[in-house]
Amino acid sequence: MPTLTYREALNEALAEEMERDDKVFLMGEEVGEYNGAYKVSKGLLEKFGPKRVIDSPISETGFTGLGIGAAMYGLRPVIEYMTWSFSLVAYDQIINNAAQVRYMSGGQFSIPLVLRGSSGGGLQVGATHSHTPENWYANVPALTVITPAFPADAKGLLKSAIRSNNPVCFIENEKLYGYKDEVPEGEHLTPIGKARVVTEGSDFTIVSNSGSVHRALNVVKTLEAQGIRAELIDLRTIKPLDFETIAASVSKTNRLLIVEENKPFAGWGAQVAYEVQKELFDDLDAPVHRVTSLDVPQPYNGRLEQAVLPNEERILATVKELLA
Amino acid sequence: MRAADPDVKSSKNQQIPRLPEQTPQEKIALYRTMLLIRRFEEKSKQAFTQGKIKGFCHLYNGQEAVAVGTISVLNEDDAVITAYRDHGHALARGVDPNACMAELFGKITGCSRGKGGSMHFFDAKKHFYGGHGIVGGQIPLGTGIAFAQKYLDTNRVTLAYMGDGAINQGAVHEAMNLAALWKLPIIYIIENNEWSMGTSISRSSAGDPLTKRAGAFDMAAIQANGMDLDDVRAKTFEAVSLARTESQPTLMEIKTYRYFGHSMSDPGNYRKKEEIEERRKGDPIELYKARLIEGKIATAESLEAIDAEVTEIAQESYDFAEKSAEPEIETVFEDIFAPEDQIFEFRPEPRY
Repeated sequence: MPTLTYREALNEALAEEMERDDKVFLMGEEVGEYNGAYKVSKGLLEKFGPKRVIDSPISETGFTGLGIGAAMYGLRPVIEYMTWSFSLVAYDQIINNAAQVRYMSGGQFSIPLVLRGSSGGGLQVGATHSHTPENWYANVPALTVITPAFPADAKGLLKSAIRSNNPVCFIENEKLYGYKDEVPEGEHLTPIGKARVVTEGSDFTIVSNSGSVHRALNVVKTLEAQGIRAELIDLRTIKPLDFETIAASVSKTNRLLIVEENKPFAGWGAQVAYEVQKELFDDLDAPVHRVTSLDVPQPYNGRLEQAVLPNEERILATVKELLA
Repeated sequence: MRAADPDVKSSKNQQIPRLPEQTPQEKIALYRTMLLIRRFEEKSKQAFTQGKIKGFCHLYNGQEAVAVGTISVLNEDDAVITAYRDHGHALARGVDPNACMAELFGKITGCSRGKGGSMHFFDAKKHFYGGHGIVGGQIPLGTGIAFAQKYLDTNRVTLAYMGDGAINQGAVHEAMNLAALWKLPIIYIIENNEWSMGTSISRSSAGDPLTKRAGAFDMAAIQANGMDLDDVRAKTFEAVSLARTESQPTLMEIKTYRYFGHSMSDPGNYRKKEEIEERRKGDPIELYKARLIEGKIATAESLEAIDAEVTEIAQESYDFAEKSAEPEIETVFEDIFAPEDQIFEFRPEPRY
């Protein structure tokens, strides 16, 4: 199996899906001549031409709404945000149009749309450019929210997202673009809505997503040396949530730690904790624990930002509490 | 193409097709549609007052010539998208009055299965893309529809309506920039009824006329008298021709007037009764009626008969809506997701 970066895996998914279906087009800032702000779309303009790889002005509301309208008409747009932080400018279009049109038209108009781009903190780009937006969108009925952590899933999930007949928020992670791993060639579709058990273990369960999976994985390795075996679950899809995989693991380990980069209030971690206590109350040997970003805006200073993020030190300290 | 302002670009195409001559029957049909909308809205008003229609209900009375005139120059497969004052556009597009009234009543037989309400009428078969509730939010969607029409080489065009209040939304300007930049076959139609809810245009919008806004994008612009059906038709035809033959957008400003409040919840205290009475003297339906009679296209009696007929249709729609069933509770979980056919179905039953 070839080894690709997360960025190359996404590029492969886009190229393959554009090759397969003429109705798929890519639009966003710098996706064409510049080859993408993060080079995800490298070479696509050359391959597919300006009709299908479209450089947009800095106009998120405009081109997001355009994508939704084009989807209503039967095209399959892939709209790139340079970062999901900029999706806030298009929030009305995403929430009120992409997510509502099918329902409020009584099912007459479908929105086969992918909104995608980078996200997350840790690169010292400050408060306005470091958001983890999955909770904002997972709260909205009718939106599917995907956050791949590994190159193979980045490819397989993006291909599935493009083939979905419904609006998908595909949230990549800026820190992972250069991450290398094996990626299946050609037709590789990762199922949407299915979590993956990254490491098996029996002492406790970690549920995580996106960049935080890698933080958690480092901690799992550290603990392994101490004889503690953690079962790490990468959610991959935030919504719909694969509760079955979480439940199977927690029933076995009886302890749950949630690791996410989101701010703590009212996010998917809180939802998982709610469902676990509701469904698995008798299985739990300890309260559900959680490590999130701190409830502060993202600081620029590197030392401060690392303190805000769910760093390995905080994860390890929380594991100690969980296992006490 | 006529420009409303010297700064506004005119079409380079000197060969604008002429609006085809209408038969008397076609003219009478347009009169009938305007009057149908008027009688339908009177019925809506009554039903709202009776508590049969809930939520918001924005009436179209006074603006009928805009929807009817603009849509009358379209082909059946051209697209229409509008804001929340959408009853008139839906009816002009040929959406079944029964389905419209049933939607107002929230019934399962409604054109959006009772899930949309007054502001969110839809009819895919009639190429009617809604009915949208957020001021200006539908304009990027219309632009995307026009983008898709061009992408798919359909030779179709889109009419995207907004009120004068919407012209100050960023979404509208972003969309117009994209349409001008990428030469999309769309006509942006401002229905300028002079009031964005209770705020007069002089208190909301700098720059007159509103067509000036097109100048910045080098977009064609044109004004029409929304009380005069024939003027609306002629001007829209120019814009539609430009879109269809040159794939160029146009911004239209159609001057009109609404007779009732912003919505049924609005008593309209911000304007004087005399103002409304004065404006009613220029009523678009009466004006057109007089023209038909003067031109010996119809007699007063035959037009009376049409009135009786559309009044009956409005009443029937009311009866139909009243008789129709409420949606079953189970339908609340329907219409959220389109079925998947390229990947396996991945959504569990709603469980939250």
